[in-house]
Amino acid sequence: MRSFPGARPPDRTSHVDSSGLRLAVNEWGDADAPMIAAIHGGFDFSRTFDVFAPMLADGGWRVVAWDARGHGDSDHAHLYSWAADVRDHLAALTALSDKPVVMLGHSKGGGQLLDLLDGRPSLAKAFVNLDGLPSQFSSPDVNDRERRRMRRADLGAFLDRRRRRNELERRPDTIEGLAGRRQPMNPRLTGEWLEYLVTVGARHDDLGWRWKIDPVLHLGGFGPWRPGWSMEHLAALEMPFLGVLSGVQDDPMGWKSRREDIAPFLPPGGRLEYCDDIGHFLHIEQPRYIADLVLEFLEPFK
Amino acid sequence: MSRRTEFLSSGALRLALHTLAEGEGQPLLLLHGLGEHSPMDRPFWTDAWTGPVLALDFTGHGESDVPVGGGYMPEALMADVDAVIAAYGDLTIVGRGLGAWVALLVAGARSSIVRGIVLADGSGIAGGGPQPPSPYVDALPAVGSQTPDPFALLELSRDVRPADYALDYVRFVLEDSELENPIVVSARIRPDWLAAVAADIGVIELSLAEAVASFVPQAAT
Repeated sequence: MRSFPGARPPDRTSHVDSSGLRLAVNEWGDADAPMIAAIHGGFDFSRTFDVFAPMLADGGWRVVAWDARGHGDSDHAHLYSWAADVRDHLAALTALSDKPVVMLGHSKGGGQLLDLLDGRPSLAKAFVNLDGLPSQFSSPDVNDRERRRMRRADLGAFLDRRRRRNELERRPDTIEGLAGRRQPMNPRLTGEWLEYLVTVGARHDDLGWRWKIDPVLHLGGFGPWRPGWSMEHLAALEMPFLGVLSGVQDDPMGWKSRREDIAPFLPPGGRLEYCDDIGHFLHIEQPRYIADLVLEFLEPFK
Repeated sequence: MSRRTEFLSSGALRLALHTLAEGEGQPLLLLHGLGEHSPMDRPFWTDAWTGPVLALDFTGHGESDVPVGGGYMPEALMADVDAVIAAYGDLTIVGRGLGAWVALLVAGARSSIVRGIVLADGSGIAGGGPQPPSPYVDALPAVGSQTPDPFALLELSRDVRPADYALDYVRFVLEDSELENPIVVSARIRPDWLAAVAADIGVIELSLAEAVASFVPQAAT
């Protein structure tokens, strides 16, 4: 196993059921403290909050995060979709709290909360979105939405992968090897962090370490969705809102939304922070700065 | 003949593929509408077809398996049809309703293998329209093996179908197909996506029986 400065394993683990799928839940902080539901991004998992969540917990919050279907320690599913993830979030939320909570989502998780909270605003007393505001055709961790002009090759590759799904498996490697393979997705994060992630996001067998994520899931894809539709969901939100955007335009996993793309769609009273020099994984790259920003915003909602 | 059923693999699930009529040469594949299942007998409008007539139950429909926890998208149902393509090779498709939309998608994705599609009326032809409204989100209990899967009914009646997205698939088909008119519209009900497809140069309109017959000479082996 590896350690990482400030990383703390969850204080409690459990699971919730979403229509027959078992979702793994991790919690940090006092069980009686007000709750922040933290939703991870695509190809991440809830243990990627191992540094950030304890900072929020130490600020007086109960931070609860679950692994999306096919990710981390949650069940793999036969089908994956944006709508199914949103429904899973609803199932987890209603199982974990009977009153409105603070909701925080990073990247794809933040984008999904836009939909969930547009449809079910009573779930949240405040919403924090960390670089999950899609205004451009660039969201590489989302595989059922259009991110560029669709190419026929994408369709063929998708079907070819589905044909081979019974043969697909995550390639085994050493901790260092697996971390190195993830580095192109996270070029701004340290090798030390990525090696730590392997030890909490991969499992070890006779051949080495393999990421737990379902091998049928892959980066990129195609679909009819347009980012402008999500902006309409943003504008329709009814709860206090803090959006934090990464200003680093060349981060390979970044969503590349600019302040001027988002500002016209902020809900009434909504707040937008723009971080020129922090990459897409804001809460991992600068956890103290982002945690302080979030804690200050959330202070009235304790 | 009474229909003969075989099961194709789709990951850990099984897809039911029914043979409604035996024959030599290229198959005609029928795709049902949302919430429906394959017919028990060969429809009269396939009479001109000399090859085998097949019918697929989509995932979560008819005799096919039901996945746990939903997650349906028409794009994923392309993979159901692709399992038939993997087993039978070149084929012509008639799709009803939801099946028409899936037929267009898979024809665009496998444009050199799908030799003609007929888009017909049926349940689920409109989907969720061209643009999503504020979503209705609700959790459903696990449903076991019941078909049609309630998740399929919920999710496949809400997927968005913009006209320009449909036209991307039309372009793929028309660019790659060796047929003169590889897309035939028989449907009378025309949601936005289908109206756009029908208006595209290279797409023709015929009755269902005429449409099936139009592919026979080109499909004969």
